Amino acid sequence: MRALLVFTAVFVAVFGQETFEGHQVLRITAKDDAQITLLRGLPELELGIDFWMEPTHPSLPVDIRVPSQSLKEVKMFLESNDIQYTVMIHDVQNLLDEEKRQMLKARAVQPRNTDDFDFANYHTLNEIYDFIDMLVVENPHLVSKIVIGQSYEGRPLNVLKFSTGGSNRPGIWIDTGIHSREWVTQASGTWFAKKIVTDYGNDPALTAILDKMDIFLEIATNPDGFAFTHSQNRMWRKTRKPNSGSSCVGVDPNRNWDAGFGGGGSSGNPCTETYRGPKAHSEPEVKAIVDFVQAHGNLKAFVSIHSYSQMLLYPYGYTRTPAKDERELDELAKKAVNDLTSLYGTRYKYGSIITTIYQASGGTIDWTYDQGIKYSYTFELRDTGFYGFLLPANQILPTAKETWLALMAIMEHTNANPY
Amino acid sequence: MPVEELDPSHYPATRAAKVAEHFINTRYGSPFAWFGSSGVKKAGLEDMGVLGTKYHIEFTLKEMTRNVKSSVILYDMGLCSAEVLFHRADERKPPQVQCTCSGAFQVNTSAEEEDLYQRLRNATSLLSGNSVGHIDPEMAPFWHLGGVASSFIMLRESNESTLLNMAHIDNFTQMTKDAQLMFQYDILLHDMVSQEILKWKLLLSWSPDGGVKVLEAEWDPKCRSCERAHLTVTTGIAAEQEMKGDNNNV
Repeated sequence: MRALLVFTAVFVAVFGQETFEGHQVLRITAKDDAQITLLRGLPELELGIDFWMEPTHPSLPVDIRVPSQSLKEVKMFLESNDIQYTVMIHDVQNLLDEEKRQMLKARAVQPRNTDDFDFANYHTLNEIYDFIDMLVVENPHLVSKIVIGQSYEGRPLNVLKFSTGGSNRPGIWIDTGIHSREWVTQASGTWFAKKIVTDYGNDPALTAILDKMDIFLEIATNPDGFAFTHSQNRMWRKTRKPNSGSSCVGVDPNRNWDAGFGGGGSSGNPCTETYRGPKAHSEPEVKAIVDFVQAHGNLKAFVSIHSYSQMLLYPYGYTRTPAKDERELDELAKKAVNDLTSLYGTRYKYGSIITTIYQASGGTIDWTYDQGIKYSYTFELRDTGFYGFLLPANQILPTAKETWLALMAIMEHTNANPY
Repeated sequence: MPVEELDPSHYPATRAAKVAEHFINTRYGSPFAWFGSSGVKKAGLEDMGVLGTKYHIEFTLKEMTRNVKSSVILYDMGLCSAEVLFHRADERKPPQVQCTCSGAFQVNTSAEEEDLYQRLRNATSLLSGNSVGHIDPEMAPFWHLGGVASSFIMLRESNESTLLNMAHIDNFTQMTKDAQLMFQYDILLHDMVSQEILKWKLLLSWSPDGGVKVLEAEWDPKCRSCERAHLTVTTGIAAEQEMKGDNNNV
């Protein structure tokens, strides 16, 4: 009977909306090792106790969350064993409601135009998609939105096209957020979009580029993953497609490309962060870009942006064989990095993927390079590990601004060296 | 043994420098002193036969917390010269580090440390915090403290195929207001090479005089993306002392 009750509780927790109404958090002070041992036996009572602070030393408090229906029994257990406790939180649900209220308050003010958009903060997917639509509305002669496909969970894969006309002009592609936890990249992508419309007609270098070439920018390249980092797991990297035969979800979109697919530096285990997927281009997020690139047929530069490590990398990741254009790619990387460093002194390393960071097969820019897009680069933005993926918001603008200088170097070189 | 020159911008040198960074933080780190390398200047590899592989590296040392503006993120502390030995026979043995740093190495953070220390000791309640997806600027010293404490674990868990950083502090709780302040941290580490996230629970102590010490550390393998075959699960003070005994002082 007891086992059945426990199973039911688990069933409800998994499939129902979990509520913590009436749950209390008790702070227990054990006075000796014997009491610690007693407390360690609490889970066996199957009362739904959740340890917030496990029993370790007698001098340290033990915090437990107790479901409302078990409160009486737990308190009786403690009192009969002469274990001291106080009620630390009288109702857990109240706390959670308060946190949610705070978050909603912060989001209440919606920008009415892209000038009002807060570029110095992190945003949700919906906020980014709204920004994209506003930017198009405000700049109808320069900006359009192309939907290149749908994510696994059915979200539109939105690409901004910046063009001053012509027909299938040579293009430059930039993507951010292919790994969803790398939040500074989507934030920078948003800033790049605004920068382009601001600088066109004002900055001679950018104007010269857009007079000859088109720029394509995909800000939320992995929207399912990005939504997941907001709702469930800030550290989510992969797509959100389930894997048959496994309870583990997701494929690493930067190991899913048809370039050395299946080689070293990628994993065949769906439960790992570098799982390559069942086959190349299995992920709709990747396939959409593949289809776009092949249909366009005239892209001349491809930049895929990640964080963190502070590096500017060129092919290859899957093999030690140097890229045919390594000399030129290396020299251009050096110039781009110098330009980046000139702004705030941020130091970057540069080189091929396989020598500078690690072997990685099935990567984006290895594929684009082998498709003939010579100026294929990957960025790893700030920082070098202090905050890593959780780069504080006050570093978004400096990161975006310094990276833009490197991007300009690459775009200017591409424009000046047609092939 | 001959020392083979390495490209300082390639990953073998970078990984060895990261280990040296962790070593320096275990010795000199605090809520107001968090060290990193901003670039390897010179690197060499020495094959030590059965002993393992020894990296000789020279790198510039930076201190993280001295922000003048948010844009300028690191404070220059001069050059360090380190030897990092990765053991071959027993891969679970932590790397052995020797390191000397020139210039004004020991930052003077005594005023800030004393101020924070007194605030925590005299506060009416115990502090705790968590980060939801970004970091509150007021929580910075506690982020730094977590980072420094994580270095004890990351130093122990490093090898030539890892590059470990602290990814996230899920939450931290101040446990006592005693002379040695104790904190419990739930931390996520990130290994750049495998890209895996590793969940650790730390019990650490800090005081301006005693520095940062990790008393207990436990790896939580329950979370699915935390599976990592070669990492050891170690707990207890004994393991910590064993590790400390292997390393020489700066």
